Amino acid sequence: MPEVVIPIGPQHPALKEPVNFRIIADGEKIVRLELELSYTHRGIEKAAEQRNFIRVLPLLERVCGICSHSHATVFAKGIEEIMQLEVPPRAQYIRTIIAELERMHSHLLWLGVAAHEIGFNTLFMWTWRDREAVQDTLEEMSGNRVHYNMNEIGGVRCDLNPAQVNAALSRVPVLEERIKKYVDMVNDEETLLLRFRGVGRMSKEEALKYGAVGPTARASGVDYDVRRDDPYLAYAEVPWDVVTDTEGDVYGRTRVRIGELRESVQIVRYCLENIPAGPIRVDAPKNAPKGEILSRYEAPRGELAHYIRTNGTDKVERVDIRTPTLANWTSVAMCLVNQNIADIPVIVAAIDPCLSCTSRLTVTNRENRPGVAVVRAARRGSSLPGSEDEEKL
Amino acid sequence: MTDPVFILLYIVLFPGFIFLFVYALFLSFLDRKIVARMQNRVGPPFYQPFADLVKMLAKEVIDPDGVDRGLFDAIPLVALAAVMTAFLYVPVTGYSPLAFPGDLVVVLYLMIIPTFALFLLGWLSRNIFSAIGGIRAATQMFIYEVPFFLALLAPAIMAGTWSISGIVVWQQHNTWLVFFQPIGFVVALICLQAKLERTPFDIPEAETEIVAGPLTELTGRRLAIIHLTTEISLVVGSALIAALFLGGPMIPWTLSPSWLNEVVGFCVFLVKTLAVLLVLSSIKVATGRIRIDQLNDIGWKYIASAALVQVGMVLVINYLWVTL
Repeated sequence: MPEVVIPIGPQHPALKEPVNFRIIADGEKIVRLELELSYTHRGIEKAAEQRNFIRVLPLLERVCGICSHSHATVFAKGIEEIMQLEVPPRAQYIRTIIAELERMHSHLLWLGVAAHEIGFNTLFMWTWRDREAVQDTLEEMSGNRVHYNMNEIGGVRCDLNPAQVNAALSRVPVLEERIKKYVDMVNDEETLLLRFRGVGRMSKEEALKYGAVGPTARASGVDYDVRRDDPYLAYAEVPWDVVTDTEGDVYGRTRVRIGELRESVQIVRYCLENIPAGPIRVDAPKNAPKGEILSRYEAPRGELAHYIRTNGTDKVERVDIRTPTLANWTSVAMCLVNQNIADIPVIVAAIDPCLSCTSRLTVTNRENRPGVAVVRAARRGSSLPGSEDEEKL
Repeated sequence: MTDPVFILLYIVLFPGFIFLFVYALFLSFLDRKIVARMQNRVGPPFYQPFADLVKMLAKEVIDPDGVDRGLFDAIPLVALAAVMTAFLYVPVTGYSPLAFPGDLVVVLYLMIIPTFALFLLGWLSRNIFSAIGGIRAATQMFIYEVPFFLALLAPAIMAGTWSISGIVVWQQHNTWLVFFQPIGFVVALICLQAKLERTPFDIPEAETEIVAGPLTELTGRRLAIIHLTTEISLVVGSALIAALFLGGPMIPWTLSPSWLNEVVGFCVFLVKTLAVLLVLSSIKVATGRIRIDQLNDIGWKYIASAALVQVGMVLVINYLWVTL
């Protein structure tokens, strides 16, 4: 059978965000993948350079609708390090609680999406229902379901009162029970195993070679987690384990995420029970001294890095955002080769891609764009495209 | 029984097309509601399938470039006609007045036509997703159709007649065939699920993979008719299984006014088809979609073998029945 090109995207029911795959397939087997990523460039980095630190934090939260706390925290963490601020431990604990709640809602969301990709809508509905418990907790703590806006340079915006702590603690057993249910489902559910096992397998060497990060890498046995290897917030004080797996396939990635869900619940519980008293922020100076820093953070999808350069003013000179999805795309292109075309959605979903967050540039090629010549010709009232005066344009 | 007015009423009004149409929409609603409640959702109101149908009938029909319009219009209608015809031979209240020896085979053949229609639609659509979906529909048909035939012919062998009404009568005198043929019953349910392209066998319409498969390019009334066909297939399929394995609309004793027999038979029919629907919906809720190559393995290795074993068992039982 000759090779066929299957276009997927920018609009496709499996895609929640615009991306264009050109799958070159031989029958039902994939030969290679061509990717076109950047459809939603928003110029957030440039916009960040034009706002002072107070106004940059809400902006950076809007890089991603799911790991919003991650982006704000990693930036605040970097600036605090440049300013050499000592953030109070209570603030660190609150940030940790929000960060782990965010990881929980992100992983629950992912589990639902992955199940939906294989047509298992029941799991999809259930995980999204249970995710509401996490979202409710976040709303109680911060006032918002999505963009919590908890960070400030030097601490957090608002404190947790005992009622909020108790309400959050009361939800922990419920979540634990539901997560246990999902562990059972992932291990026992026959159709899930059929679709996840052995699909999109990646060895440890390949994961390292292609620079995979986060649960994608950990599922292939790469024992790396910024939270442990470069501790920040309260992670050094909290007892928890890095979850790894040796399967390396979609099944492994599912197990890692479910394991992380369990760890996150424990971290949240520990932080809520042992939250130290004290102030929630220190006063930060208006301007940051000249300096540069690479701030790292373990976002739900993997290692998130902000490169920040300051120049002594109240604005950054440059902030460069490297999202975990960008690091994982190469591994997707590798994983897809020789797989079945029916497995494209689930393999792509397995890295938990966040496409708009990854969009850092846009390329416009006006000359090759179909339709441009037609519009211009029409505007000038001239003849049809392809004629000579179109060339002169 | 042979009064032409009666036959006409049977075909058009009850339990023919009008009833079929209403019941199909009702089953469709019930299916959606059951699935929704199991998934912890609210689910649609009872008139939703009807509203969907009316809405889609009213929508503009779009012809993709280079597609044969006539065929595109005709194929959904042929599929609809085929399943509606098939229903006439399935007993709803008592016997079907149109029954003839061998109508089981006709019904089975008529029920294949929607799958052919999907394949043709996929082929004609000039769209990569439709083409893949159409090929998958045809591939899947070759996998489930053989065990489905075998599983439904086993009752015919046991009852010694190829007429659905005849098999129902046999069950009235003896007992439900599901007790003799549990394997065949399970195989028939699984294959019906595959035939109706419901999860885990919604491979040809895998939304996240190939948009809507063969239906991708269908719009307006064409889509409405194809959806109606699927809904009616659900009624025909569950009625067929109820008739062949669960004794159909019959009760083992006769009631004094003859019309009461018909009414009770009809209620029994409703209960049995709803029971079959409940099983099918539960399968849909409890599973994800498998891949076509996995279905190929499972279908030929296990389901077809199980159906063959069932037929073999029926032959042995029949032999013992006659000799002992």
